Amino acid sequence: MREFGYRRAVDVPGAVALLGADPEARYLGGGTNLVDLMKTGVERPGLLVDVRELPLDRVETTADGGLRIGSTVTNSDLAADPEVRRRYPALAQAVLAGASGQLRNMATVGGNLLQRTRCGYFADPARPCNKRVPGSGCPAITGEHRNHAILGASEHCVAVHPSDMGVALAAFDAVVSYEAADGPGELAFKDFYLPVGESPHRETALPPGALITAVTLPPAPVAATSRYRKVRERASYAFAIGSIAAALDVRDEAVREVRLAFGAVASRPWRARTAERVLTGGPATAEAFAAAADAELAAAEPLPDNGYKVTLMRNLVVALLIELTEEASR
Amino acid sequence: MTTTTGTLTTAGSVGSAHVRVEGRAKVTGAARYAADLPFAELAHGWMVLSTVARGRVRSVESAPVLAMPGVLTVLHHGNAPRVDGDYVGTLGRPDPIVACFQDDHIPCAGWPVALVVAQTPEQAREAAEALAVRYDEESHDVAFYAGRPGTYTPENSPMLQAETLKGDLEAELAASAVVVDAEYTTPQEHHHTLEPHAATARWEDGRLEVVDSNQGSMWVADELAKLFSLDPASVRVRSEHVGGGFGSKGVRPHQVCAVMAATVLHRPVRVVLTRRQMFTAVGYRSPTAQRVRLGADADGRLRVLDHQAQNLTSRVYEFVEQSASIGRVMYDADAHHTVHRVVPLDVATPTWMRAPGEAPGSFALESALDELAEKCGVDPIVLRSRNEPVSGPVSGLPFSSRNVLACFREGARRFGWADRDPRPGLRREGRWLLGTGTAAATYPSGAAPSTAAVTAEADGTFTVRIAAADIGTGARTALTLIAADALEVRPDRVRVRIADSDFGPAMIAGGSMGTRSWGWAVMTAVDELQGQLALGGDIPPEGITVRSDTSAAVAALAAKERHSFGAQFAEVAVDTSSGEVRVRRMLGIFAAGRIVNPLTARSQFVGGMTWGISMALHEEAVRDQASGSHVSADLAGYHFAANADVPLVEADWVDDPDADDPVGIKGIGEIGIVGAAAAIANAVWHATGVRHRHLPIRPDRVLLSGSRDIASG
Repeated sequence: MREFGYRRAVDVPGAVALLGADPEARYLGGGTNLVDLMKTGVERPGLLVDVRELPLDRVETTADGGLRIGSTVTNSDLAADPEVRRRYPALAQAVLAGASGQLRNMATVGGNLLQRTRCGYFADPARPCNKRVPGSGCPAITGEHRNHAILGASEHCVAVHPSDMGVALAAFDAVVSYEAADGPGELAFKDFYLPVGESPHRETALPPGALITAVTLPPAPVAATSRYRKVRERASYAFAIGSIAAALDVRDEAVREVRLAFGAVASRPWRARTAERVLTGGPATAEAFAAAADAELAAAEPLPDNGYKVTLMRNLVVALLIELTEEASR
Repeated sequence: MTTTTGTLTTAGSVGSAHVRVEGRAKVTGAARYAADLPFAELAHGWMVLSTVARGRVRSVESAPVLAMPGVLTVLHHGNAPRVDGDYVGTLGRPDPIVACFQDDHIPCAGWPVALVVAQTPEQAREAAEALAVRYDEESHDVAFYAGRPGTYTPENSPMLQAETLKGDLEAELAASAVVVDAEYTTPQEHHHTLEPHAATARWEDGRLEVVDSNQGSMWVADELAKLFSLDPASVRVRSEHVGGGFGSKGVRPHQVCAVMAATVLHRPVRVVLTRRQMFTAVGYRSPTAQRVRLGADADGRLRVLDHQAQNLTSRVYEFVEQSASIGRVMYDADAHHTVHRVVPLDVATPTWMRAPGEAPGSFALESALDELAEKCGVDPIVLRSRNEPVSGPVSGLPFSSRNVLACFREGARRFGWADRDPRPGLRREGRWLLGTGTAAATYPSGAAPSTAAVTAEADGTFTVRIAAADIGTGARTALTLIAADALEVRPDRVRVRIADSDFGPAMIAGGSMGTRSWGWAVMTAVDELQGQLALGGDIPPEGITVRSDTSAAVAALAAKERHSFGAQFAEVAVDTSSGEVRVRRMLGIFAAGRIVNPLTARSQFVGGMTWGISMALHEEAVRDQASGSHVSADLAGYHFAANADVPLVEADWVDDPDADDPVGIKGIGEIGIVGAAAAIANAVWHATGVRHRHLPIRPDRVLLSGSRDIASG
């Protein structure tokens, strides 16, 4: 492990100033991903700016009735927050589906959004990886890709984003606030992650040196009837092979509003807007749910060994929307 | 000598539960493991492994690294001390990977190419990662599949019976009313001990002293002496506390590197492996491809048992995973054929991993038995009882004891097997389909010569010295109880010292033979000591010490089929829409001789069964064909059962006496995993109607194979 500098920031402008324009500096949240990557040599920062002590650890109701989640709120605190659990249950479920109790106690909201893919080629500095070393190639496309992307990938990278939390945030139209050297800014969740394209190493639209300060959830009554389901290769402590956040408002057996987002299928949490459009105003039936899933997944481009994800996501859409329909009718 | 057998023994210490004698030291952190002991002037070595799968080392560019902070030396094939890797040790020739840095040849990814030694582990690691190694890369081939070109049947040896055949397979198949002919595969699996491999070597007063984590201090000392051409008496290896072994902890590159560096630098050197390094440096279980053909009469009586097993090995060492051996013990048939075949590839050498042979072999054979039961319309337990042999199916020898049917009877009673509807795909609970399955288990119960010393101390206590290894099993506690009973004293008056090669030859902790072999030596020494004490007289200040050697007694043991047996039961829930499989409960009933310490014995069985859950559902090392190396070589990427995957796992045992056996103790370290994966796979069939013949039973496999829901037609 390379020797590195360590500074602890006490306020947001100070943190941004400490990091400055140093391309070798990194913010340190819980360290549950960054420190692992430092041990394996994937990340070799010269300076860590610890932001855990920043006063960004609150979950607050906004003036319009949404929720503003500070970026250093731990995953454990987020999942336990009564307002999150009542108004955005899929978010609490998603957070609890991730990692382990110990990791959730350390991991922060900001860090969760910026965690890196668990693609095995990305994790091994001895192997090529366009995300780690631009232009070096993507061995996953012809190699091991059972848990890689079926949507929105490119010939340069087929890795998936590992976050559970982000899937729920995508469904609920979260807004990411940040502080950069030239002041604060905001990014809608749909714009936060960049398309893979030819530059898989560029993952977010954050300006250089920017620090995530908060994630804001706009008010969404539909979110009160929401769920998160995660499928993985063991019962806990594994990343998803497919996950889904869904919220549903059914009146008179018709879909008034629906939110759907998929995890572990793309380089970012995947908002299933095509499926939402197909469903909205239509019948709340298993057939309609399946048709909507098919419409969304028509764009899927599975690789030889990950085609099962198309079946899995279709099944999850149907299963979760049926569950929510039944929940709404109780 | 104690000749009591059976588990009902209540007199004395053996047979009642005792916590580990070193348990307090372990849970308080007082117990020092191999990488914990402080040494003055300790230096730290970090191994550098090849990133190419085949070729030659063109250059190791040491100069820039030697200028880095704290770096003391860089050892590689150009400057490392010479060792002799051409010897025959306790368990045969060594895997050439232990003859580190002797030439520039690279037979697999993850092969040791250099050792960087520095003042601190951090400096060593940073320098090792910075070390530029240039390769002349050659094309490699790591693709393993059934019947691939290059597969051959190995020669027989004392450690390997490659092929057995009796009867006419084709004629009996033709005469069979029912035939099962199926192929099964198991993936590459790894034994990642909680404590990574670690060794500290130093020269002191002309002796090589190694503090190590291993399964046999005498074994490792002997191999190091041979490798470095030293007088065996000048090598001492100690390994008092060991955090798991499972077959991976013999002589390995880390000890050799530590000795080389300590020799070159004239100071103590420690080498600890990382998880990633453990994927290639310490062995693993080969993937297997197995074909099982069973032919039977309509009632299930076997006419044919044909088990053909194939595994891979490296290009530099022949390791045979003896998956077909289990049929030589379990079932007889008019035509009986078992064979092991092996194919060398550009991979690291596999090795023994918990229940080598029996673990993958039982998955294939016990799954095939279940398929036969289905085809015959016979209950799986009844099928097994109809094929219970009276003597060794291949050897013809009598069984020393064989209580597998007693295990099934007790297991069936406690599991509620009698209420089972044999039809698959019938039971639904929400999104889950439920099913139950069973399988038999067996593992050899061998003994090997060992020596022990028992001292009657002047203060009335006793000290036992034996080069046994407690790799977390509770062996040290078991030996304490065995000695206490033999001495007819309370266990707290007996001190057992283990894992020091200076104590003399003893069996390793392996092959489920440790406690049986060591216990025998301890009981023999106590027997003689008591003879001396019976003569009366004072005990001198240095005590009275008696040494035993069981070589003659072990050699005189009558030739018999000696094995432990068991019956595994599992209930699973399967969601075929997501592919998830959850084990709901497991029960294992074992016939494993005299159970010394029920507390730690249960832990051994439950640990093996839990590993069986991992084997059935999770474990699989993934190899990148293009690079020939592992993908996701860490414990986040290599999945095994998490706590949430492990439901109620119950283990118990039936009486398994053998009045003719001088020890009565059988091994229990391996049998817990045997049959467990088959029981789970058979339960998945019962839940879904779909046979899963390829492990692990992953969600994508379940999802794509669906279910055969006979309830809805």
